[in-house]
Amino acid sequence: MAEKTNPQEGTPSKNPARRWHDDPARRWHDNPARRWHDMGGDDAGPVPTDQHDFSLWEKRVDALMIIGSAKGYFTVDGLRRVLEDMGEDAFETMTYYERWIASVNQNLIEGGAYTTAELAAKMDDVARRGLTYGDAAGAP
Amino acid sequence: MMQKVRVKPLMPPGHVRTPHYLRGKAGVIERSLGAFPNPEDLAYGHDAPALPLHRVRFRMGDIWGPDTPNPDDTLDAEIYDHWLEPADDAP
Repeated sequence: MAEKTNPQEGTPSKNPARRWHDDPARRWHDNPARRWHDMGGDDAGPVPTDQHDFSLWEKRVDALMIIGSAKGYFTVDGLRRVLEDMGEDAFETMTYYERWIASVNQNLIEGGAYTTAELAAKMDDVARRGLTYGDAAGAP
Repeated sequence: MMQKVRVKPLMPPGHVRTPHYLRGKAGVIERSLGAFPNPEDLAYGHDAPALPLHRVRFRMGDIWGPDTPNPDDTLDAEIYDHWLEPADDAP
């Protein structure tokens, strides 16, 4: 599938792929049952080639995906299902790993790794440590 | 003689890996790859039966129309057996 945003940068880009709506020669594409992510054959636009380092939290999201699937809570197919069910707007407003953690979390809850109540309590606990890693390191 | 097949022109709303642009298109089975768990079931956390997976070869002209550049170039895609039907009428 064509990338509409640079997955590493997560920078929203204007999506040129929708121009087929205006092209009578390509109306075969204009099927309302076609899901938004199934974009093979669309104009892709330029491919961003710039790179950047991953931040710590992004690496942790990646690790969580590997651990969650290794323990059998879900598969890459479950990851993709939730990403695709988020809809097109999520690809314009969320970065790559923001979408991943949302999908990994939903799959872990569906798979029974933890409950929503447990997640809420843990998020509250973590938030109390402070906004930065430095704050957290100095927390009692 | 490679078997001619057509991708079923189905449009279910759920988790499907068969590309939209190939649905309804005819090609030939280039090779059969064996049986693999069905991602349509895996995606929802269900036990997934292993289903036959085939590598299907399509002519670019058959996918995109006769005006496409290099219409005799081919595209291979891996399609599960339950998405394919015989296409003996295909050119």
